[in-house]
Amino acid sequence: MAPPFGSAIPLVSLVPLSLGRWLLEPLQQGFLMRALLLGGLVAVVCAVLSCYMTLKGWALMGDAVSHAVLPGVVLAYALGLPYALGAFVFGVGSVGLMGWIRQHTRVKEDTVIGLVFTGFFALGLVLISRMPSGVDLAHILFGNLLGITDADVVQTVAISLVVLVLLLVRGRDLLLFCFDPCHARSIGLRTGRLHYLLLTLLSLAAVAGLQAVGILLVVAMLVSPGATAYLLSDRFGPMTLLAVLSAVLATLSGILISYWLDASTAGCIVLVQTGLFLLAAVLAPRHGLLARQHRRASPPVR
Amino acid sequence: MQQTGSPPPERLAARALTVAYDGVPAVEQVSLILPAGCLCGLVGMNGAGKTTLLRALGGFIAPGSGSVRIDGLPPALAQRRQRLAYVPQSEQVDWDFPIRVRDVVMLGRYGRMNLLRWPAAVDRRAVEQALERVDLSNLAERPIGALSGGQRKRAFLARALAQEATVLLLDEPFTGVDLPTVQLIITVLRELCAAGATALLATHDLEAIPTFCDRVLLLNRRLLAFGPTGEVFTQANLLRTFGAAPALP
Ligand SMILES: Nc1ncnc2c1ncn2[C@@H]1O[C@H](COP(=O)(O)OP(=O)(O)OP(=O)(O)O)[C@@H](O)[C@H]1O
Ligand SMILES: [Mg+2]
Repeated sequence: MAPPFGSAIPLVSLVPLSLGRWLLEPLQQGFLMRALLLGGLVAVVCAVLSCYMTLKGWALMGDAVSHAVLPGVVLAYALGLPYALGAFVFGVGSVGLMGWIRQHTRVKEDTVIGLVFTGFFALGLVLISRMPSGVDLAHILFGNLLGITDADVVQTVAISLVVLVLLLVRGRDLLLFCFDPCHARSIGLRTGRLHYLLLTLLSLAAVAGLQAVGILLVVAMLVSPGATAYLLSDRFGPMTLLAVLSAVLATLSGILISYWLDASTAGCIVLVQTGLFLLAAVLAPRHGLLARQHRRASPPVR
Repeated sequence: MQQTGSPPPERLAARALTVAYDGVPAVEQVSLILPAGCLCGLVGMNGAGKTTLLRALGGFIAPGSGSVRIDGLPPALAQRRQRLAYVPQSEQVDWDFPIRVRDVVMLGRYGRMNLLRWPAAVDRRAVEQALERVDLSNLAERPIGALSGGQRKRAFLARALAQEATVLLLDEPFTGVDLPTVQLIITVLRELCAAGATALLATHDLEAIPTFCDRVLLLNRRLLAFGPTGEVFTQANLLRTFGAAPALP
């Protein structure tokens, strides 16, 4: 049987010459260039973190934290503070509250998550409707990458750098914590702190991701790249690299597509990401559907 | 290193150790001292408190009362100084994790690396030696999930070896393992102890115990007997431990 990737070759010859124009024209637009650069940075940050999220099984937690930041964003705008500060405080606050309820009641974890994040989100909705400030609900919910302000750029770049540096310094300890917390303890690592470090990074990345795709879809940035890469690699290093590549590819092409189709930017980015995941799910060399079926049809001879 | 004539240093010591779950004691008033170079078997029936005792000795559960010293240090400090290696009864890890056998063994070196955990030449060498000793060098490139149960046990033993700890706590390392692997584990442990380490291992393999343990601890919530294998590992003591006489070799 021909390798699955063989079918990709004829496509290349179909690429129209106008692709150059399609790519270059938008780059002359300052706002679009900025969206591409910032979107790319956010994609890198969220993608690296998404590897930890998928391996730790924290997708639901990512969804919860990203929703829970809404009241923080609204309050920050109303008080004239950096939105990232408000978002971060409420993100971490929601995590703390979830932990507290989990410890002091007999309610199960996913129930607690469902309770807390909807509560926070509802608070945000009420606050927005009572505060006729400059806050545009649609921009918070769905992102506003093409209309991003200078202040937003500064905040997002700062957050991204913080997350990347923390991951560079503590990433391996976090990986050990995800894989085998018991061993992490036995070599003297403080697993409680690592747990909260990972949650803090999640909150920060969620805040950065908000800029790109908004509250409702940020969880996709925090899950899809890791999930896609998980299907493609059996080692963490390459997995991270693949996650970053797929996320950057999805974000940049998503932005361009949305520009040309005049469609929702967040929607386009996440659609491409989902598309890449489906491609990997079918075509991945070892863990893809085709490879699995192929193995089942002809069990390996040894 | 150690002067002739002076007694070997105390590696592991517990004084009146009591551990309870929700007020129900699982280990009560256990005191023990293991000197350097000692290989001690921990024997008791299911639910006797072996795992509980090992976890308390390693500092993973706080005892209700009593104290533990590892190389003279409290367990938390001993953990940070890489004095302690713990091999649990069953590894609670995600077997689909994208990690190779070699990288799992490298995890044993993390506590000895710099803050960024970038392995140095000495770490790589320790990992290769550990893989060699448990006879897994040829499978080192495999994902951890692609190993058999016995091979996984060996991989985690290799991780404990790479750690170069002075006190090893092993919870039933022989369960689900074939005879050659049991022999391999025993050989490795004896070498370690000959080099000055100390191991305490829980096991149900009564036949093997006299062949490699120089000390035995019999446990049934309380310590029933503890001392040199020849004196303690007797039919009468086993009768007290298990309530019925298991056939001794
Ligand atoms: N997490 C826990 N919560 C409550 N009770 C526990 C817990 N873990 C163990 N126990 C109880 O403590 C006692 C000792 O258990 P432990 O696991 O230490 O026994 P063990 O000697 O290791 O047994 P086995 O040979 O089956 O591994 C048992 O009665 C058990 O039911
Ligand atoms: Mg046990």
